[in-house]
Amino acid sequence: MIKTRIIPALLAAVIILPGAALAAEEQIIEDVSFSYEGPFGTYDRLQLQRGFQVFHEVCSACHGLRYLSFRELRGETGPAFPEEQVKAIAALYEVYDPEIEDTRPGKPFDNFPHNTGAGAPDLSLMAKARAGFHGPYGSGISQLINGIGGPEYIYSMLIGYTGEEIEEAGKILYENHTFPGGKISMPPPLEEGLVEYAMHGGEDGDAGEAPEATVEQMAEDVSAFLMWAAEPLLVERKEAGLRNILMLIGLTVLLYFTNKALWAGIKRKE
Amino acid sequence: MSGIPHEHYTPRTGIERWLHSRLPIVSLMYTTLMIPTPKNLNWMWIWGIVLAFTLVLQIVVGIVLAMHYTPNVAQAFASIQHIDRNVNGGALLRDIHSNGASLFFVAVYAHIFRGLYYGSYKAPREITWIIGILIYLAMMATAFMGYVLPWGQMSFWGATVITSLFSAIPLIGDPIVEWLWGGFAVGQPTLQRFYSLHYLLPFVIAALVVVHMWAFHTTGNSNPTGVEVRRDSIEVARKDSVPFWPYYVIKDLFALSLILTIFAVFVWFMPDYLGHPDNYKEANPLVTPAHIVPEWYFLPFYAMLRAITDDVWLIMILPINGKLGGVLAMFGSIAVLALVPWLDISRVRSGRFRPRFKWWFWILVFDFVVLTWCGSQPPEGLVPTISLAGTAYWFIYFLVILPVLGVTEKPLPQPDTIEADFDAHYPPKSSPTAAE
Repeated sequence: MIKTRIIPALLAAVIILPGAALAAEEQIIEDVSFSYEGPFGTYDRLQLQRGFQVFHEVCSACHGLRYLSFRELRGETGPAFPEEQVKAIAALYEVYDPEIEDTRPGKPFDNFPHNTGAGAPDLSLMAKARAGFHGPYGSGISQLINGIGGPEYIYSMLIGYTGEEIEEAGKILYENHTFPGGKISMPPPLEEGLVEYAMHGGEDGDAGEAPEATVEQMAEDVSAFLMWAAEPLLVERKEAGLRNILMLIGLTVLLYFTNKALWAGIKRKE
Repeated sequence: MSGIPHEHYTPRTGIERWLHSRLPIVSLMYTTLMIPTPKNLNWMWIWGIVLAFTLVLQIVVGIVLAMHYTPNVAQAFASIQHIDRNVNGGALLRDIHSNGASLFFVAVYAHIFRGLYYGSYKAPREITWIIGILIYLAMMATAFMGYVLPWGQMSFWGATVITSLFSAIPLIGDPIVEWLWGGFAVGQPTLQRFYSLHYLLPFVIAALVVVHMWAFHTTGNSNPTGVEVRRDSIEVARKDSVPFWPYYVIKDLFALSLILTIFAVFVWFMPDYLGHPDNYKEANPLVTPAHIVPEWYFLPFYAMLRAITDDVWLIMILPINGKLGGVLAMFGSIAVLALVPWLDISRVRSGRFRPRFKWWFWILVFDFVVLTWCGSQPPEGLVPTISLAGTAYWFIYFLVILPVLGVTEKPLPQPDTIEADFDAHYPPKSSPTAAE
């Protein structure tokens, strides 16, 4: 379910990337219904695994994920990769080890390597460092209903290329409907069938047919994965929240009746 | 301690007498907790307890966070991620602490506007009010420095913008800014001293809170009628008041529990809603965010700061520039708030009996909301004009409207006693109803 939301560039300027000029045209943010939204939402394990595959095969060429450790990929509410697979994934990355003053294959306790190839920003917190929704009139009401919209921003940016190339000061920029300023230096990273989604299968054997690797599918999967990377404990947070809020409501009700009974004499209601 | 007549603590057992003759701490606790409190306090009198609770919460959570945080420009941002990802319960502590700041300011604004409506600042409570303003200033300093600690883009640039304000002071401005920074830009010395002061100031606030409470325990609480508790004797005082324990302790706990339930929705379901996405980017002195905004609770004052520009006519006729004018407006807005006990010359304390005052008061509340919105917007289009009008109203309210109303307004009749007002709402069963 995707609806289009058009937000005036003026409001988008609130989160605009440094140095980018205010664009006259409008920024387009698609509202994606991710599985982890709402008070009961949880991450879709298979989607996170697919999203990881997109990150691993495409994004990681230039982007780092420095605050995420390999072991977190085992997270039960996250991608829940089996232990052996996490070890294998970690070993695919070269990480710098200060003790031997050299790089070596990663181990589960390592973080993903710090990669700033081609000046690309780190992606660990990208889903929290961007806002998709703002208004109306900067009131933040849209964010209250739709969330802050970081993953929606990532998704929209990935599918927001128009195909136009603009040469500016000897650099090629790519026109993009979502990127603030409308011109981005990252070439369109996704194309139909770029990733061949593996057959799904976890330890519990819930194998299923992998979806077609369309640009939209890959963009949605990697956006969900980056949200998880930004907050691996989101599901645990919400579960704790439900327990705590129920407890607080109970306490409030008890105190309400205690207070009412206590004041009844003073207010001559007995 | 003087105050409203009430029963005193008498040590009964041997051990109590032994302690009492050496350290009358039980007596102090008894007097504090059993203070006669007007029995007609409404729900706007709960914010003090909410504030006291929030202060303790922030201090306790903050001390634990300080065990895991690193005040170093190279590591601060990463240490926040360490807290969120690796420290047991760390993300919860951080969400409580950052949203706790918002709870603190929601409560303090409700507390301040309650005081403004019911004339709580009037004699003999001027000292309570002034101490309250000092607490508010210390709170703002603490919150500002705390926001710098995560060392995100908004932390860095917010700190740069706000500290640079001092450069508007003629002659000594620039040296002051360098002194604040400990260098020629916001950097390691700035972060480290902000960390130190962010740890220190809450304890200064706690001390001021004790003085604040001492002052109003001497004068007695204000109340919605603005009529004082009678002090003729214990028996008479009892007709107007109830002891704080258990009546107001339980009432305040109920209110606190309700407010914490709403707070919990923010902490556990939208912890980043009140924050700013830019602060999830590490501070970068080479890249300025397009739109630097402070946290929501500073927005009204930020709007006043930006409202005064070189082309405001008042600035054109005064020997100052717009920047200094903005800084003076921002600090002046708090100064007029501090002076309100002497600016409001009406003999009637409570806004309940001031028919014209009420209107101007609610316009001030609306003005505060509008200024909050203005502060969040880029200064374009109508925003500067609205900000200027809002700033003007803030000053006109305190400097013109309150003194003039004190002379021209004809107040409504006030009840003779708190008891009479209370009986009108809750008529005694034996006597015929007075509620009509």
